[in-house]
Amino acid sequence: MPTRRRALLILAALAGLALLSIALALMVGSVNIPFNDVLASLFGSESGMSGDVVRSLRLPRALAGFACGGLLALAGALLQVLLRNPLADPYVLGISGGAGVGALLAILFGFGLVGINGSAFVGALAAMLVVFGLAHGDGSWTQTRLLLTGVIVAAGCGAAVALMLSIAPDNKLRGMLFWLMGDLSQSNDPRLVLGILTAVLLVSLPFSRELNLLTRGADMAQTLGVHVTRLRRGVYLVASLATAAAVTQAGSIGFIGLIVPHLVRLAVGNDQRLLLPASVLAGGSLLVIADTLARSIVAPQQLPVGVLTALIGVPVFLFLLTRDAQTRR
Amino acid sequence: MSSRTPLLEARQITVSIGAKTFCRNLDLTLRAGERLAILGRNGAGKSTLLSVLAGLRAPQAGTVLINGASYATLGARKSALIRGWLPQVRGDAFASTVLETAMVGRHPHLDRWGWETDKDAKIVREALAAVDLASFEQRDIQTLSGGERQRLAIATLLAQAPQLFLLDEPIAHLDMKHQIAMVELFAGAARDCGAGVAMVLHEPALAWRFCDRVVLIHGDGHTETGPAREMLSIERLSALYQYPLNAIECDGRISFIPS
Repeated sequence: MPTRRRALLILAALAGLALLSIALALMVGSVNIPFNDVLASLFGSESGMSGDVVRSLRLPRALAGFACGGLLALAGALLQVLLRNPLADPYVLGISGGAGVGALLAILFGFGLVGINGSAFVGALAAMLVVFGLAHGDGSWTQTRLLLTGVIVAAGCGAAVALMLSIAPDNKLRGMLFWLMGDLSQSNDPRLVLGILTAVLLVSLPFSRELNLLTRGADMAQTLGVHVTRLRRGVYLVASLATAAAVTQAGSIGFIGLIVPHLVRLAVGNDQRLLLPASVLAGGSLLVIADTLARSIVAPQQLPVGVLTALIGVPVFLFLLTRDAQTRR
Repeated sequence: MSSRTPLLEARQITVSIGAKTFCRNLDLTLRAGERLAILGRNGAGKSTLLSVLAGLRAPQAGTVLINGASYATLGARKSALIRGWLPQVRGDAFASTVLETAMVGRHPHLDRWGWETDKDAKIVREALAAVDLASFEQRDIQTLSGGERQRLAIATLLAQAPQLFLLDEPIAHLDMKHQIAMVELFAGAARDCGAGVAMVLHEPALAWRFCDRVVLIHGDGHTETGPAREMLSIERLSALYQYPLNAIECDGRISFIPS
């Protein structure tokens, strides 16, 4: 169990990492910009091409990436508590499936960016309501029931997505695939997602010790003073909105929501008071770094960032898992 | 709170799941210092009754009061300062140390932004020592044996420090030494600290030795409540377990064996 002091130190270190990742994202790309010029274009009045690149291209994209990574990691951490399952991720309850169906429909009908985002968000909310309504049907609300309902709705959405991909005309297929794999290149205004990230974190933090209790089981939490029904509904709502916001902004980026809370848990323990903010910082940094790589490895070509998050996340995760198994023996 | 207010009072409660009724119009009071045993066959509804008494599920009829107030009026948090519950089944979804696990018992004593203080740590360490787990602080709970995990759950409950202990099979998985030690611990809490203890047991001899009163749950809605020595007769227990029993007396203690 971390003391408050140790928790703050860890968070400060992670905040440093977050700043570094954003600095990296501002410097690296098809044109490399030295750190001093980055500073000049951020705080000074540098008006050359590098100023434009930093201010209107890289900064919004880095901030949006940070917000999305943070939202996904936070949603993953919350859902792992809600479902008492370390393998839960933000997509397990079908939210990204719903968003995918919405977005692909919009692309198929030739909507613009706003239409695609709006449609993805509506799809995510629809999936969330369907899962909640079905899982809540008879008043009992067990983790298994919620999980199974979510998995089935996600599978249904997956089938609909496959159907749309197979009938889509070739010229729309690439856009659709990129959306599905996660793509930050359309991020020009990060303020909304950053606002949502802040709101979601501020709403969750006061309940983090109660979330700790929820990981011990609902009845246990109830007898130790947690209003379990209310807390669970709140967690479901907050995690779903966080996921919907991230998916709407950046498409369904995989692995962040599963791997980051898990990594952070292995490193700092399972106290949600530290785990939630640490996941936000680590998830945001990871996505910013992955996106920087995605647009610079084969520049000027861009890779879908979801592929990068998987390529980074999987080996790190496997390494930590084997290390953890060894230390425990 | 007047000392005459019972810690736990069940008025005319009816508990059932689906079509099966476990008890009908049961009246039960438990005052400070009293120890109550709940006995019955498997599936007779002992745990279900206990979870109703703990406020985890609502009775089909009747009311449950702790310290004279209902769980709904008190709210989850204030209730947690009064009653503690030892669950029968525990699943640990995440890795966690023994110390952290026992520390969750302190939750109702901390405010929303509070962190555990040295005082809380001291209380938790005492609780771990009381159940013989003092040297286990940093062990991962997923590596504990069944009996160690059971004692850790008891330590968590002790850290919570409620006035009313509702224990679902407190001696499950425990060896002989720890069975007696744990029941003695709770009986001592009742005797010396004025706690109220209600426990589901499968061993009538322990109820005979440690409890003042006994509830027999027959599983068909019929229940009997009374003083331990009166309720724990061979005839009543044989009827309860639907199996003929004999009693042996030794050193002023009694043991029941299947004939």
